[in-house]
Amino acid sequence: MTERKVPIYLDYSATTPVDPRVAEKMCHCLTMDGDFGNPASKSHYFGWKAEELVERARKDVADLIGADPKEIVWTSGATESNNLAIKGAAYFLKKKGKHIITCKTEHKAVLDTCRHLERDGFEVTYLDPETDGLVDLKKLEAAIRPDTILVSIMHVNNEIGVVQDIKAIGELTRSKGILFHVDGAQSAGKVEIDLQTMKVDLMSFSAHKVYGPKGIGALFVRRKPRVRLEAQMHGGGHERGMRSGTLPTHQIVGMGEAFRIAKEEMAVEGARLTKLKNRLLDGIKDIEEVYINGDLIHRVPGNLNVSFNFIEGESLMMALKELAVSSGSACTSSSLEPSYVLRALGRNDELAHSSIRFTLGRFTTEADIDHTIELLREKVQKLRELSPLWDMFKEGIDLSTVKWAAH
Amino acid sequence: MSYSEKVIDHYENPRNVGVFDKDDKSVGTGMVGAPACGDVMRLQIKVNEQGIIEDARFKTYGCGSAIASSSLLTEWVKGKTLDEARAIKNTDIAEELALPPVKIHCSVLAEDAIKAAIEDFKAKSGLVV
Repeated sequence: MTERKVPIYLDYSATTPVDPRVAEKMCHCLTMDGDFGNPASKSHYFGWKAEELVERARKDVADLIGADPKEIVWTSGATESNNLAIKGAAYFLKKKGKHIITCKTEHKAVLDTCRHLERDGFEVTYLDPETDGLVDLKKLEAAIRPDTILVSIMHVNNEIGVVQDIKAIGELTRSKGILFHVDGAQSAGKVEIDLQTMKVDLMSFSAHKVYGPKGIGALFVRRKPRVRLEAQMHGGGHERGMRSGTLPTHQIVGMGEAFRIAKEEMAVEGARLTKLKNRLLDGIKDIEEVYINGDLIHRVPGNLNVSFNFIEGESLMMALKELAVSSGSACTSSSLEPSYVLRALGRNDELAHSSIRFTLGRFTTEADIDHTIELLREKVQKLRELSPLWDMFKEGIDLSTVKWAAH
Repeated sequence: MSYSEKVIDHYENPRNVGVFDKDDKSVGTGMVGAPACGDVMRLQIKVNEQGIIEDARFKTYGCGSAIASSSLLTEWVKGKTLDEARAIKNTDIAEELALPPVKIHCSVLAEDAIKAAIEDFKAKSGLVV
């Protein structure tokens, strides 16, 4: 196999390259000869031009998700949107109630924000997902209390790619008068979002997961029925007082263009990615002791999260140095804990240690997939030959009965 | 994380991968670690009648640094007496492989593995531990 100098990028869930069409639009908003003005400069051409571009981008974002442009608030990214939504709603509603419900598999931006609120007197219920990664609606309903003010559930999980039924959850929360926040960082441009029919009150978005630049995101804040938030960034009162700070025209234009392209190309791209993902799956599913993490049906097209039993994830990633992927292995997180998402699915530590997440995207080719399959098959075999656990498995030993001399 | 050249070398070309018959009287077997921690090492030594380790084998479930630590150890113990092998410190392994702080525990496990193999051999041959 000829060795590549630059690895094949299969980590689209971590970030995406900026689409050249997006980069071109952004460049026009930087230098003296471009539209560099401050959109809040109401008194001259430079401000008006920048404002016009910002409002066009706002409409592009709104169009992808079935929202009104007035419902879009620009932020620095989905992490900030999550903070604004959760803290903003909680502090605004704290006299009404102090209970929040979320799920153990949420992104750290949600979980850590909830932990902060717990230190501030709120109570949070962290639901367990089912083993396929999906939230059970009956369990969610059972967790609701008279003082519940907010439910936060992500649309698509970044590690296992499963898609939650936010339409159904929205019906439930609306019927109880509870606010519903959705982290949509990984779903925009990949699965259909129609906020006209989905009873979601707050939704976070990120540009860099869908071929836009890093450092810009948005928060959908519903107007009918009106959702009120306590601002987290104070200053000049931008974004209807919800988020102060000069709007970065070039970033916003980038996000708008990325979302516009996503709306146009989502269906075709989704079909292409599903085909590529299935090609990858077909190429490896006959390998012994391979486990797919997360439901295969309610899943975004480009995600495949696989555990290769009896092999440790970091050593597999090292073997796959011609691929850029990520692992749920403890060694690759900076704490030495295996993926909390895989643990929450009920996966034992060994399978969490041996997982690899492949996320395909716009620039992934069939040749990339074929090379990946070839590489995987070769390296999995090599590592199994190195593994004492594989030997024991082959000898018929049940590893759960072994007494380990742990250090 | 970028690996040191030596770690990569041991990973690409591991030395002494394999298995000895653990029931063989001249073989000592040490198995340390736990799958839940992401590290399991099996180290085996073959000791001759003069008490010198003439050969060694290993198999490791673990990251690149763990594989390299155990591979390096099998190289180092060959030709050593049991006492000399026992004296190998994890810090020596960590230094040789240029392990970053977060990977030092891999070298500690390797040190535990050789000690366990030596204990096992001594127990089998009735020597004072």
